[in-house]
Amino acid sequence: MTNRDILLSVRNLRTEFKTQNGPVRVVDGVSFDVGRGRIVGLVGESGSGKSITALSLMGLVPSPPGTVSADSIILDGTDLARLNSDEMRRKRGREVSMVFQEPMTSLNPVKTMVQQVGEPLAIHTGLNKRAIREKVLQMFETVGIPEPKARLDVYPHQLSGGLRQRAMIAMGLICEPKLLIADEPTTALDVTTQAQILRLMMALRERAGTAIIMITHDLGIIAEMCDEVNVMYAGQIVEQANVFDLFDRPSHPYTRGLLASIPKATEKRTAERLNSIPGVVPNLAKLPAGCRFHPRCGDAMPICKLKQPELTDLGNGHKARCWLHDKEGAKA
Amino acid sequence: MLTFVIKRIAMSIPVLIGITALLFIMLNVIPGDPIALLMKEHASADVINRVRAQMHLDDPLITRYFRFLFAALQGDLGVSIKLNRDVTTLILNAFPSTLILTICAALVSWVIGIPVGVLSAVRRDSLLDHLFMGFSLLGVSMPIFWSALLMQYVFALKLKWLPVSGFYGYQYVIMPAIVLGWSSAGVIARLTRSSLLEVMRHDYIRTARAKGLRELMVIRRHALKNALIPVVTIMAIQVAGLLSGAVITEAIFGIPGVGRISVSAIQARDMPLLQGSVLFATVLVIFGNLVADILYSVLDPRIRSEMKGGSK
Amino acid sequence: MTEVAETIPDVADDAGNDSFLRDGIRIFCRNRMAMAGLIMVGCLVFVALFVSFISPHDPYRVALNEQFRPPSTTYWLGTDNFGRDLLTRILYGARISLVVGIVPSFISLMIGAVLGVVSGYYGGRVDFIIMRLADMMIAFPSLLLAMVVMYTLGANLFNIFIALSLVGWAGVARVVRAQTLAVKEKEFIEAARANGTKKVAIMVGHIFPNVVPTLIVLFSLSIPDAIMWESSLSFLGVGVQPPEASWGLLVAKGKEYLFSAPLVAIMPGVAILITVLAFNFVGDGLRDALDPYMKD
Repeated sequence: MTNRDILLSVRNLRTEFKTQNGPVRVVDGVSFDVGRGRIVGLVGESGSGKSITALSLMGLVPSPPGTVSADSIILDGTDLARLNSDEMRRKRGREVSMVFQEPMTSLNPVKTMVQQVGEPLAIHTGLNKRAIREKVLQMFETVGIPEPKARLDVYPHQLSGGLRQRAMIAMGLICEPKLLIADEPTTALDVTTQAQILRLMMALRERAGTAIIMITHDLGIIAEMCDEVNVMYAGQIVEQANVFDLFDRPSHPYTRGLLASIPKATEKRTAERLNSIPGVVPNLAKLPAGCRFHPRCGDAMPICKLKQPELTDLGNGHKARCWLHDKEGAKA
Repeated sequence: MLTFVIKRIAMSIPVLIGITALLFIMLNVIPGDPIALLMKEHASADVINRVRAQMHLDDPLITRYFRFLFAALQGDLGVSIKLNRDVTTLILNAFPSTLILTICAALVSWVIGIPVGVLSAVRRDSLLDHLFMGFSLLGVSMPIFWSALLMQYVFALKLKWLPVSGFYGYQYVIMPAIVLGWSSAGVIARLTRSSLLEVMRHDYIRTARAKGLRELMVIRRHALKNALIPVVTIMAIQVAGLLSGAVITEAIFGIPGVGRISVSAIQARDMPLLQGSVLFATVLVIFGNLVADILYSVLDPRIRSEMKGGSK
Repeated sequence: MTEVAETIPDVADDAGNDSFLRDGIRIFCRNRMAMAGLIMVGCLVFVALFVSFISPHDPYRVALNEQFRPPSTTYWLGTDNFGRDLLTRILYGARISLVVGIVPSFISLMIGAVLGVVSGYYGGRVDFIIMRLADMMIAFPSLLLAMVVMYTLGANLFNIFIALSLVGWAGVARVVRAQTLAVKEKEFIEAARANGTKKVAIMVGHIFPNVVPTLIVLFSLSIPDAIMWESSLSFLGVGVQPPEASWGLLVAKGKEYLFSAPLVAIMPGVAILITVLAFNFVGDGLRDALDPYMKD
């Protein structure tokens, strides 16, 4: 990708929280790029730091107790990390917006749909009420809400989960942002609705060229939707690749473990138990020395306990944070 | 909406009947002959019997109760034994004073309580928050008769800024309203604060911020309405508390209201008057609860949908 | 078989409750206001128990030549209209206030708890009747209800217990019922029922223990209310009668001399204020420590 094609460039994002036991770094040196109109996946288990990464990019991390810092977060030429809170606020909802996981609790129960979905327009543009209403109606049609006119003045609890999520997406896109961050947008929905929402998001990307950061723990969604993938573990990116490379040649043991643990319907039924990665996600306040994954890694070498690996370039934009691929570094 | 109101009123009626029954039972099963107590010792047995028959005191309790209820529905609450006047008239004469006092006190409590609560929540854990919450706790912990006397001492007797007692003009309402509203304000402040803090934790507040809304507007447009719902319901229920407090406030400040009548009735053992005034107060409270329920449904659209029976 | 049945839910219960209690105590001890309140309550109890030993003067001795003395080294708060030491009178009043605070609260707690659990667990008609009854009690302005009861029964200390218990039980019942409804839905109740445990056993053994933290909080928060009501009743003359010296009564007597000797009316009120504050601190602390759901 050339520089002109890169919409978002994150370098060394770090987010820390003050806790009773001292500061905990939930996001530790995350760097990645999002190309214009590309869908980039951020995949990991709960506690990997993917949601906090998204909130950090949006400037939504509550400031006590959290602190966000980065070398740079360049969105279309502007370094978000250097903006003050008011300037960042002006970008939210307009140039970069976010869709959350739980559509029921993420919508205000005492406001009508048109009031909420139209609010970004009210905040960032000078449109009057009628114009806003028109735009909301259009967006409802675009996201595929049936009988859109009837759905303008209802309250969130009067809609089904799928419709609410579509409305949330409408709300996120109504100001035509360049970047949409979707935090597990389909986790709370049933499988059929999930498929519909994902198709919708891809269609929207086609239409408006909006770039999407797709946060999920579901590798299936990654496979279906994403162009590039970042795998996160314990606050760090451990593998970064385009989606084909990731599935064809998973290079980090964690990624391999994730892929192996997907039960395959076509496998012979000789397996007695589900494959899973042994061990548990580490407590961020008490990280193991060396590579953060080494206690659970079947390929761990002596050096893994001592030094933390950097991201090694494997060619074609494929990177992995593992001593297995960094023979020179391991010898040093 | 109308069906909701009618349903709620219908539900209040058994409660009202229950209370009147309870009241009636309590006040009419006093050991000791009420007539003999009232009349002087020199009344002959003859006279006593005649009066008792006249007042139907020998009929079974149930009959007496229904007679009372029937009369009450027609506006007749009996005759005051000591004052020898129609109870209903006495109460209606006294009601406006109580109404004014209660409304002013309620205003005081809202005007002080809600802003204090909101500010405390927005500036959580700051000095302001601690100060405000300290004052609120103080307000709730001070007995009304004590703060009334304190205010009388300072502002009426020592500083002579305000009149001590009586009810002849607007300046006579100031101290009683403040005294009565003060503890109520404390309750409302604490509730507003905790309610707002609770609401600010919700996901939709995060969504509002994600849209790029200024923090002040986030609070005003999204948090406040949701936070005030439980506060509003409490406000209407506070009518009961305000009436209880009014009893004392009226007694101390010499306000000729329903509360003071109740106290005099007790001290004079004037049963019909006591019965009438307590009944009246209770009707007011039930009315207040009704208003609270209606307000609650107006503010929270989820309740309205439940009433209509389902979504969409 | 019953032992087996009851170990399954109880294991979950006990493990939860033990650390719950320990955590609660820890949270409470960290709360400075709550600890301060606890100390004050302790002092109060001490005073109430040992007042005859520690009070400087005789509360009943009348000395008309010592009327309305200002505060001095002999009479720390001065004297009242009968020449009695004000401080002594106030200290003796502590006994009444404590008793009046604790006993009716406890009674209304018991009544409310039983009715609340029964109402919540059985549901249906029983629930309906009990809740209508509770609604009635709550609809009544508390002070007026207490006044009516005192009128009916006569004004003395024992009847105050009855009056205040009557006023307080409905609020307790409502909260307990809500908690019962919440607990009732939990799976371990289903497990116990599936094992054939009797209804009463379920209520006593499973629901009640889960309601106890709420009860503790309710109890400590009812005490200041009871003290306030009693002092109001005594102030109005329908509570404790002389020569017993309830603080409310002291204020009432002192009211007549407000201008000339304000301390006589004001100081007993200060005593009420401090006591109520102390119990409120403790109650708030307990609520933060034990029952995060009761934030109303």
